Amino acid sequence: MGKRTPLYEEHLALGGRMVDFGGWDMPVQYPAGILAEHEAVRQRAGLFDVSHMGEIDLHGERALLFADELVTNDCQKLEENQVLYSPMCYEHGGVVDDLLVYRLEPGHVLLVVNAANTEKDVAWVMEQRQKHFPDVLAEDISGRTAEVALQGPKAQEILQSLTSHDLNKIAFFWVQPDIEVAGRKALWVSRTGYTGEDGFEIYLRPEDAAHVWREILRVGEPYGILPCGLGARDSLRFEACLPLYGQEMDQDHTPLQSGLKYWVRLEKEHFNGIEVLKEEQESGGPKRRLVGFKLAERGIARHGYPILSPAGEEIGDVTSGMLSPTLGEAIGLGFVPAEYAQVGTRIAVSVRGRAIPAEVIKRPFYRRSGK
Amino acid sequence: MKTPSELRYTEDHEWLRPEGKSGRIGITDFAQDQLGDVVFVELPEVGRAVKKGEAFGVVESVKSVSDVFAPITGKVVSVNQGLVDTPELVNQDPYGQGWIVELEIADDAEVQALLDAQAYAALQEGGH
Repeated sequence: MGKRTPLYEEHLALGGRMVDFGGWDMPVQYPAGILAEHEAVRQRAGLFDVSHMGEIDLHGERALLFADELVTNDCQKLEENQVLYSPMCYEHGGVVDDLLVYRLEPGHVLLVVNAANTEKDVAWVMEQRQKHFPDVLAEDISGRTAEVALQGPKAQEILQSLTSHDLNKIAFFWVQPDIEVAGRKALWVSRTGYTGEDGFEIYLRPEDAAHVWREILRVGEPYGILPCGLGARDSLRFEACLPLYGQEMDQDHTPLQSGLKYWVRLEKEHFNGIEVLKEEQESGGPKRRLVGFKLAERGIARHGYPILSPAGEEIGDVTSGMLSPTLGEAIGLGFVPAEYAQVGTRIAVSVRGRAIPAEVIKRPFYRRSGK
Repeated sequence: MKTPSELRYTEDHEWLRPEGKSGRIGITDFAQDQLGDVVFVELPEVGRAVKKGEAFGVVESVKSVSDVFAPITGKVVSVNQGLVDTPELVNQDPYGQGWIVELEIADDAEVQALLDAQAYAALQEGGH
């Protein structure tokens, strides 16, 4: 039996199909199915249990400085209650994980990390703290933090009917602590997500999670909200080209190779891995790069399938791929040598031994309108 | 889950509907439910000779890829072209419009050796 979130019983009651995900029993889908859940988020709203995510609290005068040393993005630019996305690197430039950094009240920073990596990340943060920031308190608060993600164009309207706090005041990648949602105090509400849509991530005490979950589904019903599982979470993040650790990024690829240059601030004085990344950048950029591609014939490129040159030579592999529910096209992401990374370059994907022609296309595949 | 009594089944969740010298084949209601939304079906070529147990088609859902195994030895006499543009028929009508291929039956004894509805249903209850 895997670990259970405080919403486990809710998933069973809703007919969720439970699967193992990084040691957690999580719903991969509900009876509506992945495509319907995906569409609900793109068109209306969807509610995800993301309580399995890891949360690490940093406390102390130098908490923000510590976070800044851990990650490649620039934490020092953050204002109070602002959030940023960033890779976190080892000294050799490979990625430990990607995470959200919340700058909360003075002396308090929250790191939100991937469920499957929480243990590894906590160990890494503790080690770094001991070496360089012993004055900062670091604490794994995952066990006492539940989290739900309400995503989609109707997310704000739905959440607004459950809180008196004006949600217009929470801008994209900002957070509001201590607001009441459905009569319960939420620890933090941020306008963030992993779907490519507008939406909110709501951090709760475990004992409040089921109530808030039910209330959101109740008030969301007239809007056509659906509870959504990990399947839709993956297809939504894939279309928006939001990377998934272990697929588009890992300890063997630098964030520059993974196409995350925007979140790597080489002008910073220092962060773990900066020397390696600077050198990679200054020597002409990464030799291997993540690209998006589209198949020219019927078929689906799946994780692990070989990417071929037009001549049939193996040049890389697919990290994620599917038939895009929103676009209706067979698209994918994968690593190839830099000379194949230009948009328009012809490549091929080996699908069960058959080379299907493909073309490198622009990322992201999907961008919501009005953004 | 439906398991029509006039069909024969495999432990890999295919069904066969014997009709004279040939039989249509598809995946069971249980299989389509487990797979979730089917988005792509790879069909074999008409005329291909297949051996019992050979993978001769592929059903892909949003999340997964599953082989379709030949329940019996035979020759592909037709394939369901409707699945090319409407693969979701496999979900909507697994025993009807969601059929995948039609095989010419080489050996009736192989058909008789397949599971009947009762045995297949029992298999599912056994937790497969």
